[in-house]
Amino acid sequence: MIRALRSLAAPLVVLLCWEATCRFAHVSPAILPPPSQVARKWIEYLRGGELAADALSTLFRVAVGFALGAGLALPLGLWMGARDRVYTVFNPLIQVLRPIPPIAWIPLSILWFGLGNPPSFFLIALGAFFPVLMNTIAGVRNVDAIYLRVAQNLGASSATLFRRVLLPGAMPQILAGLRIGVGVAFICVIVAEMIAVNNGLGYRILEAREYFWSDKIIAGMITIGLIGLVIDTGMARLNDRLLRWHRGIESA
Amino acid sequence: MPEPKDQAPVVRLRGVRKQFGPDTTAASGQPIHALDGIDLDVHQGELVCLLGPSGCGKSTLLNVIAGFVKPDAGTVEAFGRPVVAPGPERAMVFQEYALFPWMTVSENIAFGLEIKKAPAAQVRETVEALLAKLSLRGFGDRFPKDLSGGMRQRVAIARALAVDSPMLLMDEPFGALDALTRRSMQEELLRIWGELRKTIVFVTHGIDESVVLADRVVVMTYRPGTVKRIVEVGLPRPRQPASPGFAAVLAELTALVQEEQMRHERDEASAGAI
Repeated sequence: MIRALRSLAAPLVVLLCWEATCRFAHVSPAILPPPSQVARKWIEYLRGGELAADALSTLFRVAVGFALGAGLALPLGLWMGARDRVYTVFNPLIQVLRPIPPIAWIPLSILWFGLGNPPSFFLIALGAFFPVLMNTIAGVRNVDAIYLRVAQNLGASSATLFRRVLLPGAMPQILAGLRIGVGVAFICVIVAEMIAVNNGLGYRILEAREYFWSDKIIAGMITIGLIGLVIDTGMARLNDRLLRWHRGIESA
Repeated sequence: MPEPKDQAPVVRLRGVRKQFGPDTTAASGQPIHALDGIDLDVHQGELVCLLGPSGCGKSTLLNVIAGFVKPDAGTVEAFGRPVVAPGPERAMVFQEYALFPWMTVSENIAFGLEIKKAPAAQVRETVEALLAKLSLRGFGDRFPKDLSGGMRQRVAIARALAVDSPMLLMDEPFGALDALTRRSMQEELLRIWGELRKTIVFVTHGIDESVVLADRVVVMTYRPGTVKRIVEVGLPRPRQPASPGFAAVLAELTALVQEEQMRHERDEASAGAI
């Protein structure tokens, strides 16, 4: 209870200062609307059903893009992590492509895929791909060789070795990669929506700017923040469930 | 212990040589002669300790028997067949326990049986029996991180026993335990050995440990690792440091190991002088 109050303290203070600044310093609401106005706008946005529609289309894009990106990165990462030769073949290519921010792919993605969902899927997939890939590779490579020796000693085939030793051993880092990947996918979806489509939260806040609806911009931003929080909390829960064996293992 | 010398040995090493390196980080830059000219027979049901100062190649020798290390020369046979790869008939217990941290105690123990595709009922039965035998009842659903060192090593032993290997290879299994726990683990190992009649090759640098456990102690020389002497410990079990004869065997082994230890230190000193 006290813990909950304590973690609410900072947001409350920010909200209060913000409200006070707007009221007493006579800031134009077009530049910075007070939180009370943002809240009213947010409820209006919600009531009209527009918020739900936008949030759903944003989530849909994240889901498809992330599934594509992670779906390609996971098997490739496992393969590269487990086989040195495969790693040597693909690593140079990946090292060159990885530093290119997904945003730099926007022009090409529009040339290749036109407007609408396909370029946004592409950008989101690209954004999620690299963190998942790098963490999966590192996860597999970091599995202690002693576990492989134990499994071989007990007569494990290479399929068993992979499924019951390499994969679970790499799981903490794979899940960390997935969590980072979702975060990047979320960044990419907003960028993609600002450019390539005409719905979704990213599109909505850019549209609101056209009309100087600062309250709606902020309402949209806060929605993005809340959805991100929910997704990340969900990932953390999943992490805890799957990694019961891992919690606090470093100190053990 | 009846002497089964007339039977064919379960492990037979002839002229085993292994060289590592050259190690560029070592002061000398010379290759390390881990093993040289090792001849050794281990018989059915025997408990043999490999003893020597650290770096004498006793773990390497165990890894050769296990099939993890290929010798440069010589022959390695187990159960009459040449050793080419690791296998469950030579189950190993590792120094650092090496329990799979993502599996519960029961899952760790069941691992070897499951990969052999043993029927589920048999797996469950074996796991239950081993949990009981190794005083691990009630801990089957715990993860290794929740166990003490002694319990972890008991799980590791249970995991090796689960595949019903006729032989256990143990690489300083109690080295990381405190003295009291080590004591009770030694007793437990002897009890299991007496019950199950396994052949055990046990690597240790604890001289007293080897006297408590072994039928025969193989004392190894320091680089190149060769068999310096094989000492038969003819004392009745259970053996205590106070048992008659214990001190004499301990003194004999201590003298042999110290000789090698001093040679090792001289080598280090002369390498340092260059």
